[in-house]
Amino acid sequence: MGWAEEATSRPRRRGPNWGRVAGWTVLSLILLITLFPFYWMLRTALSTNNAMYLDPSNPLPVQFSWGGFRRVFGLASPAEAAAEGGTTGSIHFWLYLRNSVIVSTTITIGQVLFSAMAAYAFARLRWRGRDVVFFIFLTALTIPPIFVQLPNFILIRDLGLLNSLAGIILPSFFMTPFAIFFMRQFFLGISREVEEAAMLDGAGHVRTFFGIIVPMSVSPILTLSVLTYITSWGDYFWPLLVGRADNARVLTVALGIFQSQTPQTGPDWAGLMAGTIVSAVPVLLIFLLFGRRLVDNLGYSGVK
Amino acid sequence: MSEASRRRPSRRASTTQLAGLSLAQRRREARVALAFVAPAAIGFIVFYLVPSLRALWFSFTNQNLVGSGRFVGGRNYAKLVADPLFWNSLVVTVEYVAINIGVQTVLAIAVAVLLQRLTRSVVIRGLVLLPYLVANVVVALVWFWMLDYSTGFVNVLLEAVGVDKVAFFGNEVTAIPTIALINVWRYLGYTSLLIFAGLQTIPKDYYEAAAIDGASEWRMFTSVTMPLLRPVLALVLVITVVGSFQIFDTVAVTTKGGPVNATRVIYYYIYQQAFERFDLGYASALAAVLVVLLSALAYLQLKLMRSNSSDLA
Repeated sequence: MGWAEEATSRPRRRGPNWGRVAGWTVLSLILLITLFPFYWMLRTALSTNNAMYLDPSNPLPVQFSWGGFRRVFGLASPAEAAAEGGTTGSIHFWLYLRNSVIVSTTITIGQVLFSAMAAYAFARLRWRGRDVVFFIFLTALTIPPIFVQLPNFILIRDLGLLNSLAGIILPSFFMTPFAIFFMRQFFLGISREVEEAAMLDGAGHVRTFFGIIVPMSVSPILTLSVLTYITSWGDYFWPLLVGRADNARVLTVALGIFQSQTPQTGPDWAGLMAGTIVSAVPVLLIFLLFGRRLVDNLGYSGVK
Repeated sequence: MSEASRRRPSRRASTTQLAGLSLAQRRREARVALAFVAPAAIGFIVFYLVPSLRALWFSFTNQNLVGSGRFVGGRNYAKLVADPLFWNSLVVTVEYVAINIGVQTVLAIAVAVLLQRLTRSVVIRGLVLLPYLVANVVVALVWFWMLDYSTGFVNVLLEAVGVDKVAFFGNEVTAIPTIALINVWRYLGYTSLLIFAGLQTIPKDYYEAAAIDGASEWRMFTSVTMPLLRPVLALVLVITVVGSFQIFDTVAVTTKGGPVNATRVIYYYIYQQAFERFDLGYASALAAVLVVLLSALAYLQLKLMRSNSSDLA
């Protein structure tokens, strides 16, 4: 980190900082392209759908209206929706939002807890077959998920869990190879003396892990939790296979269905963008709370 | 990676230190380990290991979505070799991956170096990461709207500066590059931050020495940064290439494989075989080919990138 400071001050010796000016210009451009679509989502969601088609270049919401959001939450009457050029079908984003929250929260808690426990056993406990088992777990990293998801679909069907939240949750609830790999990398770096001191005080392995190692690992555990939450929140393929019915529909699947039902000529873009905002906000809030840790610790995912 | 190998000696030392542990203590440790691994192991066996074997079995049967299948030998694989749509999906996917990874990697290195050289701001790094936070489906929808032919923002802009409108998703030539660039938009920040983390591991002395020798910024980039970044870059490339081959969400939301077959990528083709044609046996054979392909690719990449790397050691 100290070096970054020196590096940034170095070019100053060579007169005008044209290199820095050029660098900032490129970076600003990239930031603009990165951020503009977010603004356009908002601008579109707050426009009246019909009016927007007549004034597509207006940088501000065209005929400001909450209609898009009202339709998405099922608050708009069909007449009101039709008048704004929005979809008149019934959509229940409260339900889909609730489903997404339940699915992502459950998956995150289970996956992070069980993966951290397993990672500790792989990193720190000595038992026969440890390295072989770890290697077998790791091979799953290179297998494209679709290969196992086809039989998993049959399994979930046979268990009678199609169109249930449990069916969406189960396959990711216990572990992912990535989560174990990520936590193991961190546990390997903790000094042995910490555990040896705890053991000398008479703590067993279980107490050492939950009482000392976990509190020491808050930062990577939170990072992994945020990553897991983002991933399961955005997952589309698996919920599409097992959770199409209304009661088990998560936001991503709901958006896909909304999009396919909106008319090809004159789609309800205002409603659709309102839907995308509703589905993006919870994750953005989590990022606002824990983003700093995520940004600083991303390197653990294989690089550091 | 390199740090893990550096840590190993100290681990070995403390293992010998504790070699005097009693048998009872070792047994207790093994029991705890078993309990700690058990939930993850159950998940692994039920949802990864057994399904892998089952998928392999499916690929030799005529399994469909409702009943159970009958052994048909290598028929699915024979069908696959003769299936022009399979070969088309491979070509389309490779084209997607080449554009996606090519553009993304170059831009990500540039952004990582810029971030490192210009600022330590966590806020800017956070902003760069924003697209990664929203779901693929959301990203696909937003760009589907921004690139809409009649009233999308980009086409309105093109028209304003006197350029012909482009049917980004409706044209066989532009569809795949469009989808590839949309996903560059989503993953650029994430990839840059991985590379940024790799840049932090390069010792500052190397740059100081180069600066004393009067090396230019460009010279430092080519002679210090790139060679030392190679191991990290190899890993990042393996992760992103494997991920890129799994392109599905964007296609499913926007083009659904069209126009004609221009965006029928392998993942989407497998999905269609399984859930639109209900031919799980054939879909499994296609997926098995993908597994072999990706494993070979990951192996080859690591091998190639490592062979002429000049690691820190």
